[in-house]
Amino acid sequence: MKNDPKKLLRYTPLERANHWLTAIIFMLLALSGLCFFYPGFYPLNQFFGGGVWTRIVHPFIGVVMAIPFGVMFFHYRQPNVMTPTDWKWLSHVREMVGGDDRNMPEAGKFNGGQKLLFWLLVACMVLLILSGIVIWRAYFSFLFPVAVIRFASVVHAVAATIMIALIMLHIYAAIWTKESIAAMLYGKVRRAWAKQHHPAWFRQMTGGDK
Amino acid sequence: MALQSLDIIRRSATTTPSPSQRQTPEVAKLIDISKCIGCKACQVACMEWNDTRDAIGTNHGVLDNPMDLTENSWTVMRYAELDTDRGLEWLIRKDGCMHCAEPGCLKACPAPGAIVQYSNGIVDFHEENCIGCGYCITGCPFNIPRLSKKDSKVYKCTLCSDRVAVGLEPACVKTCPTGAIVFGTKDDMIHHAEGRVADLKSRGFVEAGIYDPQGVGGTHVMYVLQHADKPAIYCGLPMKPSIGGTVGLWKGAAKPLAAFALAMGALGAFLHYVTKGPNKVSEEIEKEFDDEK
Repeated sequence: MKNDPKKLLRYTPLERANHWLTAIIFMLLALSGLCFFYPGFYPLNQFFGGGVWTRIVHPFIGVVMAIPFGVMFFHYRQPNVMTPTDWKWLSHVREMVGGDDRNMPEAGKFNGGQKLLFWLLVACMVLLILSGIVIWRAYFSFLFPVAVIRFASVVHAVAATIMIALIMLHIYAAIWTKESIAAMLYGKVRRAWAKQHHPAWFRQMTGGDK
Repeated sequence: MALQSLDIIRRSATTTPSPSQRQTPEVAKLIDISKCIGCKACQVACMEWNDTRDAIGTNHGVLDNPMDLTENSWTVMRYAELDTDRGLEWLIRKDGCMHCAEPGCLKACPAPGAIVQYSNGIVDFHEENCIGCGYCITGCPFNIPRLSKKDSKVYKCTLCSDRVAVGLEPACVKTCPTGAIVFGTKDDMIHHAEGRVADLKSRGFVEAGIYDPQGVGGTHVMYVLQHADKPAIYCGLPMKPSIGGTVGLWKGAAKPLAAFALAMGALGAFLHYVTKGPNKVSEEIEKEFDDEK
């Protein structure tokens, strides 16, 4: 099944490895960051060896995450450029969520929702890295006036909340859209799946309807 | 740092009540700048009692020594020379934690129990719970906590909570040779300060006043200032200190609400899945690709 020659290659092995690497690092980053977000989440520090270790490792995990995330950004930025079709897709998104995709404009390799998610994640990541440097007390905070540190603390918390919400949405969309998790795990998708969810990409890959 | 207490009214990163059976009167330290001669005996007493030692520094050509608060110097004298129509005025301010009634450090701290406030008003760091993030420094309106390079814990004046707990006055108060630093209940200290202000006014300091800033709910270290209208001339004492809107936004109701919103998002996704069902390939398209199966 997996090696069915009629299947279409959606994600290369490198893309998949990089995606899951980013995903795992993000989970560690979110869990360690939540410790400092609200007292109710503080016990999560037990996964990282206690409060002090969590404080030490969280920013370094952020630095590590920037690498595969950066690779993803440069790799996917071209295919994620928004087109008028994508905006139209987004304007119909309510129907899609309601379970009716018959009127959806034809999506390419990525649909409008996926593209918007991509750009929002990039924006969050940039804000998190910049504000994270400012509030990294051990190495950088002494370089900034306290008003800037306070502002960066708010930016960091807001961007983190938005990014966690976006990733939750991303995960749910993958669970909801059957076979898409397998696509990211094994790389290939059935032609029927491609025609259903990404018709423009399907035509581009097969040069026709079949 | 102090022994276990039964009189904790606030505890950092804690959303349930703390041990608070014991009630103690609200205390305050009053520093009368008009009586200070800048002898630094308070700095010495502080180090003696708390057994901290700063590295020997260098002379910067001024009396300030060390130049700033450190993890070992929890109080420092700051010297300002001012030319006025009355001649030279030497304004010497003993800087250190103000023990705010509404402490920004405690509000900002993410580590449960690393910062506590006792019912007597003292704000104390419990370093064994400190994780070294430095958020207290971000939250403090007076720039007081100092992060140690040695152990990555923050330190500041404890108002000698260990001495006060057994009925002694803070070490700096005990040692002050001119009586510029006095200690007692907050009410008594305000009363005492009012007498000092009246005396200063009678000597021509018309703007003399008490520094007990209400922006942080009042403080448990107060100053008598000869020029209460211009606190900034006392080496940058803030005019209207407060925790501030940014820290309020950062540490206020927004975060529990955001956590709740995320949980609701997850619930919404679950409900969507069970009511709308998964997004599968339609039968119609499946038929087109029968050969694939």
